[in-house]
Amino acid sequence: MNRSVRILSSVLLLACLLLALAVPGSAAKEQVTINVYNWGQYISDGTDGYIDVNAEFEKETGIKVNYITYDSNETMYTKLKTGGSSYDVIVPSDYMVARLISEDMLLPLNYDNIPNAQYIMPAYRGMAHDPKDAYSVPYTWGCTGIIYNTKYVDEADVGSWDLLWNEKYSGKILMFDNPRDAFGVAELRLGYDVNTTNEQELRTCADLLKQQKPLVQNYFMDQMYSALEHEEAWIGVYYAGDFIQMQWENEALAFCFPEEGFNLFVDALCIPKSCQNKDAAEAYINFLCRPDICGQNMDYLGYSVPIQGATDYMDPEMAANPVAYPDDATLARGYAFLNLPAETSQKMDSLWLEVKTGGSGSRVLIFGVIGVVLVIVILALVLISRKKKLKKRRAMYQNK
Amino acid sequence: MKRQLLSGPYLIWMGLFTVIPLVIVLYYAFTDSLTGSFTLKNIASLGTYLPIFLRSVWLSLLSALICLVVGYPVAWTIAQAKPGHQRFFYLLVMLPMCISFLLRTLAWVSLLEDTGIINRLLGSIGIGPLKLMRNNGAVILGMVYNYLPYMIMPLYTVIMKIDPRLIEAAQDLGCDSAQVFRKVTLPLSLPGIVSGLTMVFVPAVSTFYISQKLGGTGSTLIGDVIESQFKAAYNPNLGAALSLALMVLVLICVAVMNRFTGDDESVATL
Repeated sequence: MNRSVRILSSVLLLACLLLALAVPGSAAKEQVTINVYNWGQYISDGTDGYIDVNAEFEKETGIKVNYITYDSNETMYTKLKTGGSSYDVIVPSDYMVARLISEDMLLPLNYDNIPNAQYIMPAYRGMAHDPKDAYSVPYTWGCTGIIYNTKYVDEADVGSWDLLWNEKYSGKILMFDNPRDAFGVAELRLGYDVNTTNEQELRTCADLLKQQKPLVQNYFMDQMYSALEHEEAWIGVYYAGDFIQMQWENEALAFCFPEEGFNLFVDALCIPKSCQNKDAAEAYINFLCRPDICGQNMDYLGYSVPIQGATDYMDPEMAANPVAYPDDATLARGYAFLNLPAETSQKMDSLWLEVKTGGSGSRVLIFGVIGVVLVIVILALVLISRKKKLKKRRAMYQNK
Repeated sequence: MKRQLLSGPYLIWMGLFTVIPLVIVLYYAFTDSLTGSFTLKNIASLGTYLPIFLRSVWLSLLSALICLVVGYPVAWTIAQAKPGHQRFFYLLVMLPMCISFLLRTLAWVSLLEDTGIINRLLGSIGIGPLKLMRNNGAVILGMVYNYLPYMIMPLYTVIMKIDPRLIEAAQDLGCDSAQVFRKVTLPLSLPGIVSGLTMVFVPAVSTFYISQKLGGTGSTLIGDVIESQFKAAYNPNLGAALSLALMVLVLICVAVMNRFTGDDESVATL
């Protein structure tokens, strides 16, 4: 009985192992799969009757899309750096494209496979992050700004970045959870260059962010959606396109382009060095650049299109949305992030860590903890010595 | 000889997945993130994180103690029940662990947040909204809630095994119930208390999810810092140094706790 159970279980275990080995192997032979690594909530996925871009691509080309998401440029960068996984298409923002190029982590694109690149608007060609357009094709562009709930926030307080430091709304403010965007906000509020490498200025920004910390409810990325939609928080700073999606869920939300200026960004499609199927990856990029696909995709996303003719396939109301397509006077206040030198990036990372970890903790707590720990250690020592004494005494009795 | 062979697979497993990763952690902790050369910089910078280490230890120690206070009566009650009922109660204690701990923590968020279920109920009778989460108290609540079964399990096993004749003997010799508890039950359940405290403290001190969801911007724990170094900041070297320090800290704490039990003989006389 016992033996048969043992044999049976080992056979089962073996079968499981074999199955685990066999499944991916056999699937890979049948069809090409590409790993697309994109921001969360950053593609039309068939919700509410909008186009399902990945399904459409699979239907047209027979290439399977394995879609994975990240929540910030830095997370994506870390994942690429640590290796162990291969991605075929990634969607970094401008400054991150430049960083990846400078660290030789991208493959040059073969434009023969991307004929739809001809539709890219001239304004989005040869941009500072990739002057020769050798490595990247624009996916979207947009602005960052303040999202606020008109039910709770006084219009008189709206207009500048000061709103994120307004003590009236303490505990109801959401802040970016990545160093570049967060420091960008502080730099704009202080009137610094958003690409400053001056350490003193970065330190001042960090102090400003530390000052803001007690007012902040949470440092969030895509979790902002739910918190702002169900009014857990009243004020947040995020990307304009995402605001448009949030507004569908909660009409009380409004968007503000801060008067000091804001970040104007381009997110681009790139192929990292770890790519396994470059042709398929380029086919995917080509597909996303097709005006009808781009138009329907952005119709859902709310981000702005860099592709000529795409707006023809969009809801006219969306194509004229002043948040997605602000007027030239507003756009003039937009500043692009450039790649920072490695030391500046690292400085910013460590200052950001300081902002998030240090600070508001009270000294009383620290001394209290030290006190308690000391008491426990002393107690332990006393108990141990008492125990030893007892043992010794007992040993003495036994000897007698 | 044969017995040693039987533990072979586990030893290989441990070598591959515990010892080698530890060596890698050590390597990273002592190398520079940009150049990869030997450095003590990471270890030297640990001082900055002392307050966070202390906060993590403090919060998890507190949760372990609360778990003990809450869990001991539960374990004792289960151990006193009829054998058939015991299994059922034991199952009830274990039941929450069948659901992912991430989900259960998220459920607490939707209970406690300003627009959450509790505050909405309070709001309907004109109270609030109260600040129920985003403070250290909520983090402790999350820890106690998630790790309570780890306290009850070892306590129950130890209390169940206490020989009822010892208790009867104490009663015969004139102890009242409080004395029986103090002189017999408590000392005999000490090994359970220590392993319960360890099993709550160790996962609690390194947690990051609970503090991120239930804590405020000021209740960052050491687990959060380590996670951020590996996830977004791409500084595995600092992360490794922090993990190493945390490991040493945990080992010290566990060693101190184990000092309370020692060998079984002296426990009885304690």
